[in-house]
Amino acid sequence: MRAAISELVRDGDTVAIEGFTHLISFAAGHEIIRQRKRDLTLARLTPDLVYDQMIAGGVASKLVFSWLGNPGVGGLGAIRRRIEGELPDEPLEIEEYSHFGMVGRYTAGAMNLPFFPLRSYFETDLPVANPLIRPIDSPYGEERIYAVPPLKPDVAIVHAQRASAGGDTQVWGLLGSQKEAAFAADRVIIVVEELVDEAVIRADPNRTIIPGLIVDAVVVEPWGAHPSYVQGAYDRDNRFYLDWDPITRDEAAVQAWLRAWVYDLDGRAAYLEKLGAERLASLKPGPAPSGAVDYGAYR
Amino acid sequence: MTEATFSKSEMMIVAAARALEGQGVCFVGVGLPNIAVNLAQRTVAPELEMVYEAGVFGARPSRLPLSIGDPTIVTGSTAVVSMLELFGYYLQGGLIDVGFLGAAQIDRFGNINTTVIGPYDAPQTRLPGSGGACEIAINAREVFVIMRQSRRSFVEKIDFRTSPGNLGGAEQAERIRREGGWKGRGPTVVVTDLGIYHFDEAGEMRLDSLHEGASLEAVRETIGWEINVAPDLAATPPPTAEELRLVREELDPEGVYTK
Repeated sequence: MRAAISELVRDGDTVAIEGFTHLISFAAGHEIIRQRKRDLTLARLTPDLVYDQMIAGGVASKLVFSWLGNPGVGGLGAIRRRIEGELPDEPLEIEEYSHFGMVGRYTAGAMNLPFFPLRSYFETDLPVANPLIRPIDSPYGEERIYAVPPLKPDVAIVHAQRASAGGDTQVWGLLGSQKEAAFAADRVIIVVEELVDEAVIRADPNRTIIPGLIVDAVVVEPWGAHPSYVQGAYDRDNRFYLDWDPITRDEAAVQAWLRAWVYDLDGRAAYLEKLGAERLASLKPGPAPSGAVDYGAYR
Repeated sequence: MTEATFSKSEMMIVAAARALEGQGVCFVGVGLPNIAVNLAQRTVAPELEMVYEAGVFGARPSRLPLSIGDPTIVTGSTAVVSMLELFGYYLQGGLIDVGFLGAAQIDRFGNINTTVIGPYDAPQTRLPGSGGACEIAINAREVFVIMRQSRRSFVEKIDFRTSPGNLGGAEQAERIRREGGWKGRGPTVVVTDLGIYHFDEAGEMRLDSLHEGASLEAVRETIGWEINVAPDLAATPPPTAEELRLVREELDPEGVYTK
């Protein structure tokens, strides 16, 4: 992880750590904080705890998003303080869309299109707040809809259940917009629970969302998405999300947390050790395997 | 039936769940809609197809999802799709009957703010933002809203229009929605901790049912405009013992939503 972040994430980059509640690479976020990257533009549909921590860690000057919060719990104090002007020395520029707008932006980026058209934003204040959301006329009729510009991150970071050493990546459970973000990005870092033989990938090709073709680094980091979850591997650590609420309300508490859980640790292994095996074991779900399908052998 | 005691929040969640009777496909918003829709699936609408913006169609959660991206909405669901497909094919394609939303501020015409309190560039309170709410309000065939009443939330003028309702009134909203090719006809039901509201011919919110234990005085004190009250105002039946059991024991044993 240290090498991947060091080589592939550069000051001033636009970085997308995607994952809709599921498969959020906290491990990569913490490593970016630890390496004291600066002036990043952080893109993500749902900035949650990891972006709250990263922005408190001073790595970003801008946030591109569509929903800002601690899902199911409350707000993100570190981000809010910077938007609301409570920390004038650490301003945070924002560029705001809706979910479909953000997904469309990645899609246009991935498809090399100049914009993504959508039926949203009509009669709202969002295009006023963000002039990059613009009306366009249909070339085929009278209709007027809205367009959003492509988003091409310099780096996309995707956590997944498994990948081959070559970067062929398989995911099950919520897919979010990781595929779109990865194809839109210039550089792609894959973080996995498990490295598998290429034959495992080839035995179930429908499950591959990202081919090694566009992947620059594969990092093996079991539990790397904690406190978010990995379908089938571990549950969301809801206690962590609840505990974050009082921390995030207090800037000093956030900075103390970053010291104890990020700066003072040399990597993910130390983080997991600090969490404790019992805590991790409590997050393991029972089994619910899929039925196997038969692809057939055609010779 | 024996009458149990219940909280205002429990009454609100139960009333919101009942409103989904007979509905087919429901897009589940973050927060209070999540528990209301899950209760509906366990009571009045067992065939309800729950759609989560995280990319799930036909969720059958075995516990209350902790958030709208919980793994329990995946296991046992009909389909897991990318968010591009969810918003593109399912929502914008016109397959959603009801979009169930929460709100921080709402006005008499059902326009919703979830973005900011105060000026956008210098906010007093920065709220979460649209998420999918903006496109849900435009593309779902109708929109249900669940939120608690207060002078801060039921306001004469919202600070930011995140999700369009009946705009400046029914006539204008119908014209704009028709001419713009929107799939949705906008908000139809608002359920609060005090009552149930629908929208009259002018597109304005009207109190149609007062919850057990709530008063008209409390309703008026918590709305920032002169609220219309239906001449034949109904009384919302109190929660049944079974509804309360489901909320307290199965859906929200820790009281996250019902405090």
